[in-house]
Amino acid sequence: MSAIAEQKIGEGKANLEVFSETLQELAANDRDIIVATSDSRGSGKLVPYGQKFPQQIVEIGIAEQNLVGISAGLASAGKKVFAVSPACFLTARAFEQIKNDVAYSGNPVKLIGISAGVSYGALGSTHHSLHDFAALRAVNNIVVCAPADNFETERAIRLAAETNYPVYIRFGKKPMPFLNRDHNEFQFGKGRVVREGNDLTFVATGEAAWPALQAAVKLEREFQINAAAVSMHTIKPLDYDLLQKLAANGAPVITVEEHSVYGGLGEACASFLMQNGFRNPFRIVGIPDEYTVTGSQKDIFEHYGISEKGLCEAALKLLK
Amino acid sequence: MTEQELALKSVGYRKKILKYIYKASAGHTGGSLSCVDILNVLYNEILNVNPGNFNDPDRDRYIQSKGHSVEALYVVLADRGFFPESDLETLCGYQSHYIGHPTRKVNGIEQNTGALGHGLSISAGVALAGKMDKKSYRVFTLLGDGELPEGSNWEAALTAAHYGLDNLCAIIDYNALQITGPTAEVCNTDPIDKKFESFGWEARNVDGHDFKSLKETFLATPFVKGKPSVVIAHTIKGKGVSFMENSVKWHHGVPTKAQYMEAINELEKTEELISGVLQ
Repeated sequence: MSAIAEQKIGEGKANLEVFSETLQELAANDRDIIVATSDSRGSGKLVPYGQKFPQQIVEIGIAEQNLVGISAGLASAGKKVFAVSPACFLTARAFEQIKNDVAYSGNPVKLIGISAGVSYGALGSTHHSLHDFAALRAVNNIVVCAPADNFETERAIRLAAETNYPVYIRFGKKPMPFLNRDHNEFQFGKGRVVREGNDLTFVATGEAAWPALQAAVKLEREFQINAAAVSMHTIKPLDYDLLQKLAANGAPVITVEEHSVYGGLGEACASFLMQNGFRNPFRIVGIPDEYTVTGSQKDIFEHYGISEKGLCEAALKLLK
Repeated sequence: MTEQELALKSVGYRKKILKYIYKASAGHTGGSLSCVDILNVLYNEILNVNPGNFNDPDRDRYIQSKGHSVEALYVVLADRGFFPESDLETLCGYQSHYIGHPTRKVNGIEQNTGALGHGLSISAGVALAGKMDKKSYRVFTLLGDGELPEGSNWEAALTAAHYGLDNLCAIIDYNALQITGPTAEVCNTDPIDKKFESFGWEARNVDGHDFKSLKETFLATPFVKGKPSVVIAHTIKGKGVSFMENSVKWHHGVPTKAQYMEAINELEKTEELISGVLQ
């Protein structure tokens, strides 16, 4: 285990950096690891990777459809390809290539959506990816994963390198605190309970998991409400077993995501719970159906209540 | 195989293409008839691929970007022993793997295609992997002239030239017709050779129904070391059946019983003529 295991709750670097470091470690021992980028090695923190492994990086230029098509071809010939591009372009511009050349053809490309969600902040809606969970949930044969912290990112990248099926992993570029080092199991499709609690459950994904955990801590400290917090890093396949256990006591469930409230984690959870007879009070926190307010990622999170304060308010309202 | 033997094979392929399209009451007739001579030469004379080595990483690859002409590919693959021809009785039927576009569920098919403008990028990726691993396999991909306006083709054309993928050969089935009408009227892509050459490829024009020229051209790839090759195969949509030739309505037209009989009659006469030459 790397130095990541020694980190404490609350300390951490950008998941993007962990991705790059992990990939360098993997590439050193496996010549079939290939990174393909669309003029995005700088924003993907992959300059050191490119310097160390010039034979294991393919620059495509700004052409995302071709990035994914070429990656599919490389993967079909046995390469372990990480196709790295901003999540907004990768999953919209190249959607048909993801659907057909990767998922339908079964070419196990590892699609890495960098600067995901509203990470680009004030660069605006062209650069936001608030559609990617919804779009890719509707595509058969692809794992959709949004790791929350450095631990989950490292594990997701290592696992992805070894999978023989397509995987999409997205993360941002801001330093991310560790959620809970005591819960260190990681598998695609298995949510991670980072805080136990019976009064309410936050089911969060990606970089929205940290404010959910903060809110759970504050609810106990200030209101004696015991809220559980779950990092549901894999949106698809969704961990139905865990959801069922969490919802069994009838307590409210709040989902939290850096994504449109349409078609993402929240609706996936709602669909499962409703179809299985659960009637827990339920709320989806995410970005409403609008082009987001301008500002930084932090500003946008706070504006839409993806924050300790906003989530506490949502919880108290639901518990009334 | 001699030219006459190849010619005889192609007539047989055309009869089968029509037979299964007629039975299924579905299929892309015109394009399958225009590209089948190309597939004949590739699978019988050029490609190092057969049912025995299909999982060998060193095999040559054929990826059909113009996936809708799948009936031609099915007939050629069946003839090469990838699956029993009787499987084609299920063409486009309920739960059949033999659908209207290529999928990997059919033995011998490399990639799931059908959405246009995808084959060239995938082929470039396979070719790039071959270069990385210093393998000697070649990658051939067949595009329709009607799919050339898809921008992704030109993204792939840039990358293939940038990485000097001389193990890649794109073949354009230039039958000059697409579903709406003449390609030159829908979205003119001429001159195709000059466009690819300006992207860093080496181009050759060839009669797409001339077996000798096709074989010599494919054997001459790469035309220039360090450059990808493109073969613009001038073909006739509906080739071999006079009332289907150069007629846009046969893009995905299905023959009636009378039309089917008439087409088979004509092909049998062609068959007799070629057999006479052979004897």
